[in-house]
Amino acid sequence: MRACIARVGGTNCDLEMKIVLEEYKIKAEIVHMKRLIKEGLRGYDILVFPGGFSYGDYVRAGAIWGKEILAKMRREIEEFIESNKLIIGICNGFQVLVEAGVLPDDGISEVPKAVLATNISAKYECRWIYLRVEDNGEVLRVPIGHGEGRFMPSSNEILMDLIKNRCIIFRYAKPSGELANGEYPYNPNGSIYDIAGICNKKRNIFGMMPHPERAFFGWQMPDNRGKKYGDGKKIFDMILGGIIESHSMEKN
Amino acid sequence: MERLMRKSDFISFFDLSRANDEELMEISRTLGLALNLEEMKAIRSHFKRWITDVELQTFGQTWSEHCFHKTFKGTIEINGRRIDNILKTYIAKATKELNKSWCFSVFEDNAGLIEFNDEYLIAAKVETHNHPSAVEPFGGAATGIGGVIRDILGVWGEPIALTDVLCFGPLNINDVPYGIKHPLYIYRGVIAGIGHYGNNMGIPTVAGSIIFDEGYIGNPIVYCGCIGILHKSHYIKGTRAGDYAILIGGRTGRDGIHGVTFASTELPEESDKLRSAVQIPNPFMEEKLRRAIIAIRNERLASGITDLGGGGISCAIGETAHKHNLGVEVILENVHLKEPNMAPWEIWISESQERMLITVPKENLKRTLQVLEEEDVEYSILGIFDESKILRVKYKGILVCEIDLDFLFNPPKVIRRAIDVKYEDSNYNPPEPRDLCDELLSLLSDPNIKSKEEVIRTYDHEVRGCTAIKPLQGDYGGPNDAAVIKPLKDSWMGIVISCGINPFYPDPYWMAAASIEEAIRNNICIGGRRIALLDNFVWGSPEKEDRMGSLLKAVEACYDFSKALDAPFISGKDSLYNESPLGPIRPTLLITGVGIIPDVRKAITSNLKSKGNAIYIIGITKNELAGSAYFRGKKINGGICPKVNAELSRSIMNRLIKAIDEEIIAACHDVSEGGIGVAAAEMLIASEFGMIIDLRKVPSDLNRSDLILFSESQSRFLVEVKKGFEGKFENIFQGIPHSRIGIVEGKSLKIIDLKGNILEINQGEIRRAWR
Repeated sequence: MRACIARVGGTNCDLEMKIVLEEYKIKAEIVHMKRLIKEGLRGYDILVFPGGFSYGDYVRAGAIWGKEILAKMRREIEEFIESNKLIIGICNGFQVLVEAGVLPDDGISEVPKAVLATNISAKYECRWIYLRVEDNGEVLRVPIGHGEGRFMPSSNEILMDLIKNRCIIFRYAKPSGELANGEYPYNPNGSIYDIAGICNKKRNIFGMMPHPERAFFGWQMPDNRGKKYGDGKKIFDMILGGIIESHSMEKN
Repeated sequence: MERLMRKSDFISFFDLSRANDEELMEISRTLGLALNLEEMKAIRSHFKRWITDVELQTFGQTWSEHCFHKTFKGTIEINGRRIDNILKTYIAKATKELNKSWCFSVFEDNAGLIEFNDEYLIAAKVETHNHPSAVEPFGGAATGIGGVIRDILGVWGEPIALTDVLCFGPLNINDVPYGIKHPLYIYRGVIAGIGHYGNNMGIPTVAGSIIFDEGYIGNPIVYCGCIGILHKSHYIKGTRAGDYAILIGGRTGRDGIHGVTFASTELPEESDKLRSAVQIPNPFMEEKLRRAIIAIRNERLASGITDLGGGGISCAIGETAHKHNLGVEVILENVHLKEPNMAPWEIWISESQERMLITVPKENLKRTLQVLEEEDVEYSILGIFDESKILRVKYKGILVCEIDLDFLFNPPKVIRRAIDVKYEDSNYNPPEPRDLCDELLSLLSDPNIKSKEEVIRTYDHEVRGCTAIKPLQGDYGGPNDAAVIKPLKDSWMGIVISCGINPFYPDPYWMAAASIEEAIRNNICIGGRRIALLDNFVWGSPEKEDRMGSLLKAVEACYDFSKALDAPFISGKDSLYNESPLGPIRPTLLITGVGIIPDVRKAITSNLKSKGNAIYIIGITKNELAGSAYFRGKKINGGICPKVNAELSRSIMNRLIKAIDEEIIAACHDVSEGGIGVAAAEMLIASEFGMIIDLRKVPSDLNRSDLILFSESQSRFLVEVKKGFEGKFENIFQGIPHSRIGIVEGKSLKIIDLKGNILEINQGEIRRAWR
């Protein structure tokens, strides 16, 4: 299985993402957008938009890269999604997907249906937060690091759709597992409905503000550092589970 | 001056041979050279012809305090004695005598290089950016970070961690004198600038501290550090004749002109007019530059590299040529400019950011340019190195500079005068306070001790996913003594980064000694060893005898304690002339410690781990409170300055590492500012447990509870020992002052004072005071 970790100037979480994917025996390649535009997505099963400050995050976080994707690779991305391949956007990558209209939607929406707005605290924040996995109620610890992470759907309907279609996968919570309910710092940015991560209906596009790749190994965690893996691995197991399974089935 | 000057389209010529002393100084001032009479005379007698403004500016830059470190390399006269080159006589001498095989390249390059393991090197550098930050805090601090990152790139290192130590005036003062910016304005700007640059670059900011004091109102300090990693085979510095000099990265503009000469003089009241000396930060550019440099490094395309910092192109290319015994001819109009109509001398010395100089052999030129294009990095081919040993610059076909490099790099030596500076200990103690708990709580909320969480959280300390020990521990953001980075995927080894800074201890010698010991202590607490040190002196004007005297004492301590504590200096930087209309800065020495740990999973954090574990103090608690947080809080000037017993210190630290390696230590915390009281309270902050300690059991000849609790004697640690290993621990520390003073229990800090009374502060109160 092959993954493409896309990057542009200002991307900076590509290497740690590569290390994580390689733990799953996925052949991961870090590819500059220039080359990607030229050579296309053929041969890749997974496309990752990693964290960072793409194009300096000038204008608005993720906005420039998001528009570049639409301008230069729209058809390519649509085909990628339609053929059930996997797209992952983390932090800046999530901002890029939202700015491009790839999330929240199936396919690419004409106008972005949500925005990752400036944190209510009005500043960049790096901290370990508690995530509730909506599928199973599990509480996981992963770090965030962003200034613009406040997820706001553009209408109540869109929020309702996300809820109804079970597209909200991670929500900010308290250590007990109780939802943050907007309370700072458990909900670190003021996201509506404590939303930390979402996916599309078909569950092949994932976007989230927290950084599971920084909590993948036990030694990266703030406590219990002796274990081999940290909480971030559970997130990747979840996201990659489907594609790894279908891939191995195809092979057999 | 007019009679000595001739102007052409874009260049001015001066006839120094006809200039008298007054006119020489007038030229130096008018052109903003900051050269003294001695230096101007040396230039006059060297040149038998008219000299151009480009040439004069080259001297102004290369001979500045900032670039050449005239004071550290000059001669100092004290009590009829002469000391040559204090850098070599003291700091570098200790390194030479310690002669560590793991020191790869020290005091040589943009950064110090030490071995990480057999294959890899650690690069480390700490810089200051004080003057710019005083004038334009955001840009000044951001470009400080940008500059130190380029220092690491300048030795082919991949930057993996940042540090920042900041000193400001108190944030709550009402009024500041004319020409000085309010500390709160500076504080906010500096912090935003550091976060902006470091976060954007994707390099974690993992260690640092913030100090507030009236001595920093006129002159704030911004220390920026960077740690990098590289394979030994990546370190290539062998520029040869025929190689191309290529300027890569951002364009050259009018920002940052005369930054170094500005940094080499005192800040005037009208400092706002100097904004043009501060550069404009663009981390996005530097991110691309980093990618390109790492790619060029990995393909081993270049023969050399250096950073463009102070002095811009003039210093970078001059130094590169001189270092390799070469000459060079530069075609100045090749430089990409931010704005048209810049004079040649402006292009030549502009300190615009995000630029580096690489030297590339002819056969690799094509591929190098291809890499740069792939990464969207602009380049200008400046010229070709030759064997002439002459620095030649042409602009639009006209020779505008021709300087013999041997002359350029041998400026006249400066002579500084110094007087003895020493603090006389006095045995003064304040009246005993009624309530020790109140005293402790007020210390915890002292701005210098209090949590810096609000600031630390605005810096990404997790990016790169390599931060094993973080600057904030747990949900309550408890303090750790040092940070640990795991730089290589396939090795458990880590780099341990710590700081030591004690500007309040009144004696310059012991202040330096304590800073060195603190940096090492903090490193050891986590499990760091084989520690290398970096020094950063921030002092007032070296032209004043008392400032020079205290600088000399601090430098002496660097030699003594580097040697005695077996920790070599590998890099350093001085920032002098920190004077403002309010007077000199508080002399401040930052020591950064860079150690290694064999397995990051075994690093020790400072929070209490488990109920029933014993608490030990190691070291002796003496009546040493001059400059302590306790005395400062009571506005007491006096007392006995904390001192370092190097032999005891070394013995304690060797044993502590042994105990950590035996895996019998659950938590460990350095005892420093605020003494045992603050150290114990800090161990509770990130823990679910409390502890009880008995002051009667602390090894000490003091007979007052407050003095025992708040003494700042050096070489002390609070240690939580795993249950069942007390005997083993005591065996390791046999013959060394140590004592079991308490136990982990409950949810509060209980202190038994000398009279046997039990004082209690609950965890919530401690957290509230400290946060």
